Amino acid sequence: MARMATTRRVVVSTAAAWLFGFLIFFPILWMVLASFKTELEAFAIPPSFLFFHWTTENYATVQERSDYFHHAMNSIIIAGGSTLIALLIAIPAAWSMAFSPTRRTKDILLWMLSTKMMPPVGVLVPIYLIYKSFGLLDSCIGLVLILCLGNLPIVIWMLFTYFKEIPRDILEAARMDGATIGRELVYVLTPMAIPGLASTLLLNLILAWNEAFWTLNLSTSNAAPLTTFIASYSSPEGLFWAKLSAASTLAIAPILVLGWFSQKQLVRGLTFGAVK
Amino acid sequence: MGQITLQGVQKSFGPVHIIKGADLDIADGSFVVFVGPSGCGKTTLLRLIAGLEDVSGGKILIDGRNVVDTPPAKRGLSMVFQSYALYPHMSVRGNIGFGLKMAGLPKDEINRKVEAAASTLNLTPYLDRKPRELSGGQRQRVAIGRAIVREPKAFLFDEPLSNLDAALRVQMRIEVTRLQKQLGTTAIYVTHDQVEAMTMADKIVVLNSGKIEQYGSPLELYERPANLFVAGFIGSPKMNFVTGEHAKQQGAATIGVRPEHLKIERDGGGGWQGTIAVAEHLGSDTFLYVDAGPLGMLTARYIGELSLHAGDRVSLLPDSARIHRFDESGNALRR
Repeated sequence: MARMATTRRVVVSTAAAWLFGFLIFFPILWMVLASFKTELEAFAIPPSFLFFHWTTENYATVQERSDYFHHAMNSIIIAGGSTLIALLIAIPAAWSMAFSPTRRTKDILLWMLSTKMMPPVGVLVPIYLIYKSFGLLDSCIGLVLILCLGNLPIVIWMLFTYFKEIPRDILEAARMDGATIGRELVYVLTPMAIPGLASTLLLNLILAWNEAFWTLNLSTSNAAPLTTFIASYSSPEGLFWAKLSAASTLAIAPILVLGWFSQKQLVRGLTFGAVK
Repeated sequence: MGQITLQGVQKSFGPVHIIKGADLDIADGSFVVFVGPSGCGKTTLLRLIAGLEDVSGGKILIDGRNVVDTPPAKRGLSMVFQSYALYPHMSVRGNIGFGLKMAGLPKDEINRKVEAAASTLNLTPYLDRKPRELSGGQRQRVAIGRAIVREPKAFLFDEPLSNLDAALRVQMRIEVTRLQKQLGTTAIYVTHDQVEAMTMADKIVVLNSGKIEQYGSPLELYERPANLFVAGFIGSPKMNFVTGEHAKQQGAATIGVRPEHLKIERDGGGGWQGTIAVAEHLGSDTFLYVDAGPLGMLTARYIGELSLHAGDRVSLLPDSARIHRFDESGNALRR
């Protein structure tokens, strides 16, 4: 009896998990489907789920009208560049706060987080004017800079929590074993920090890739990333659902693939078993 | 060689004095246990010797050389941590051999030494496993293997058995003691468990709020405690303390009698009268907790079974040769 009850519970909870997953995934599925429809079918009521005229013309039109690869390259430069610079600044910062905290460490962390609570639009005008006088408008450097600064608090927080979980005992054991600071870093700390670093890198990459506010406001064509590319399909002449969907699918595809392949890195648990 | 001498070692964190001047001589090859209640500074003292903390004053001599400014790795000591502190991403082989690798030994020599250590500790079948695939006892053995493979001047153990269950703890206690005798390496062992201290140590250091209360062999501490603190801390159940009239008759402020040195007689005998509050029958021993009126609660121990129960009147007769006498400041008075 008891076993049957547990089996039923497993079945129910598995079904519920699948249902929930499908609900979350549905808008993306719908977008992908819509990208293969004609403009008419895309907003037909009742909508057709699978039985429509499958076409790839939207993709062709989108590529023709606005250069996808130009925008994709900008996205890679902006997301990648801002993430790398943020990590370079955040690693030593989080390191020192995790391993030699002072009385003010907590305050500093909270202060950093508080900067994320201000709505970005509040500083749009001053930032815009500064960018204008420094000639940073519509430049990749400008966007790398603003996204890096915007995400820095989150990166530092994430790394701080990961580093804090590395037991001090292990570092002390390495010191007793005769490891110099450099070797301690190479042989002990880095391998233990890699899962944390990888998931921070990935999350920040996704955040920067999807960031729309600053990229839309501070770029027009030269430095325009994929967000601008998508936005250009919701124009005053009317919405082009199918083309908008095609553009969006193209825009999220790279980050989706990246996320898919790095799932394992996101699952941590390497430190399990080291310290009882 | 591994002779360790502390001379007036002090440690303070800000205004808080953790270690208030410790002097100690640890002979080469001896097994010394630091014991005391939590917060007494025993772990701090061990970490000072290891070099994981800097001293605020005094000298630490290892084989006659002052090492207070020497980094931990250069002191030639190895440490076993309470949490084991194994490197989670390395195999057992990697863990045990890490210190040798850092010392720059050739690969085949490392392998030879690691395998020798592993066979001493029955770890050979697990050499290629990761720490997370091992049980608590095995992890503990890996941590010990990591310590012995470097052939240090001394081992430092920081409560290494406190994460193990009771049965395993007894077994590991015996293994650690045997290993230390076999290797003949000096060992300093920190514990709050006085049974571990009594059974493992050649000499015990009793610490209390940053001060060394007494340093001596287990039986010395049991038979001739230097003060009230040591008398109360060593021995289980705790020594009974009696103040007032009975103490004055003996020319002391306080007298102490161990539960095993109280002769139990049914009501009517001489000695201290009382009523049994709780009687514990273990088969091998009987513990009586006796409410002795003005004398307070007294504990008595009888070897073997004694059919007395709660509510029974008894009289407890202290063995006059084994009464410990203490003055007002708590120091022992010698006869």
